[in-house]
Amino acid sequence: MMRMLLVRGMFAGLVAGVLALVFARVIGEPSVGAAIDFESAEATAAGEPPEPELVSRAVQSTLGLATGVLVYAVAFGGLFALAFAVAYGRIGRLDARATALVLGVGGYLSAFVVPFLKYPANPPSIGNADTIDERTVTYFLMVAVSVGCAIAAACLGRRLMSRLGAWNATLVAVLAFVVALSVAGLLFPAVDEVPKEFPADVLWSFRVASLGTQLIMWTTIALLFGVLVRRRLPADRQLAGQPG
Amino acid sequence: MSVASSASVAVPIPVRIPLREVLPWAVFIGVLAMVLLYFVGAEQGATSLISGHYVHEFVHDGRHLLGFPCH
Repeated sequence: MMRMLLVRGMFAGLVAGVLALVFARVIGEPSVGAAIDFESAEATAAGEPPEPELVSRAVQSTLGLATGVLVYAVAFGGLFALAFAVAYGRIGRLDARATALVLGVGGYLSAFVVPFLKYPANPPSIGNADTIDERTVTYFLMVAVSVGCAIAAACLGRRLMSRLGAWNATLVAVLAFVVALSVAGLLFPAVDEVPKEFPADVLWSFRVASLGTQLIMWTTIALLFGVLVRRRLPADRQLAGQPG
Repeated sequence: MSVASSASVAVPIPVRIPLREVLPWAVFIGVLAMVLLYFVGAEQGATSLISGHYVHEFVHDGRHLLGFPCH
């Protein structure tokens, strides 16, 4: 059973990675290129010698990007299969496809979008090299808090289900998550490192591309995984209306 | 039981996978995924297991677009 889920999760991750890669290459790379042009122009204006290229831009924007996105997507495909194995049959009476979709939306929001609201993705030339330690720690901590609170909220919703019904229990769980993460967002340190002259529209299109890349990855994993496993999971065929 | 629910329609009830069956896979795949995500997202940034900048520079564009802190 677990083998079946993991194989399909990683396969869904691979397909999702390919689609996300196409999006990132076509929609995301132009703003990465524009940001690097800005960085080079700033360095030239400051009279700094150009940095030697350890990996050429051509490799970074093709093979390097593909490696990063595909490894990331396959890893999340595997984690998705694990989350599904725990969630299936435990979040209400959702069938396989619906469980996968709920997990996909929850994963996209809690593992990416919510941390992004506090610490949005930045193109090259934004970010002080001296603060990379703090920024790395706070970012990963934010992801951990967000995913942890999402899991806690799901458990809370499950407990309230019998008393409040599915609809209201879900609303309370979502509200608890929003409150907890708003507080966390206030407590976490702010990062303000965008250079004054950095073109705002490049920053905007880069961040939209970043959100889009992740959206494509998560929705593809969720929808494809649901279809791939739905006929392979055991289900008790019970008469409608009987208590489960 | 309400009479309104048509008693002849079978509704599949999801069967849970026992947590003790999930746990060993969760530990193994969880650790493996974290190692992979570390190399894509953070190696040769705040911490370096391999010296130099090659890993960082190679996955550079992906790291930026996937939302990891960089530089």
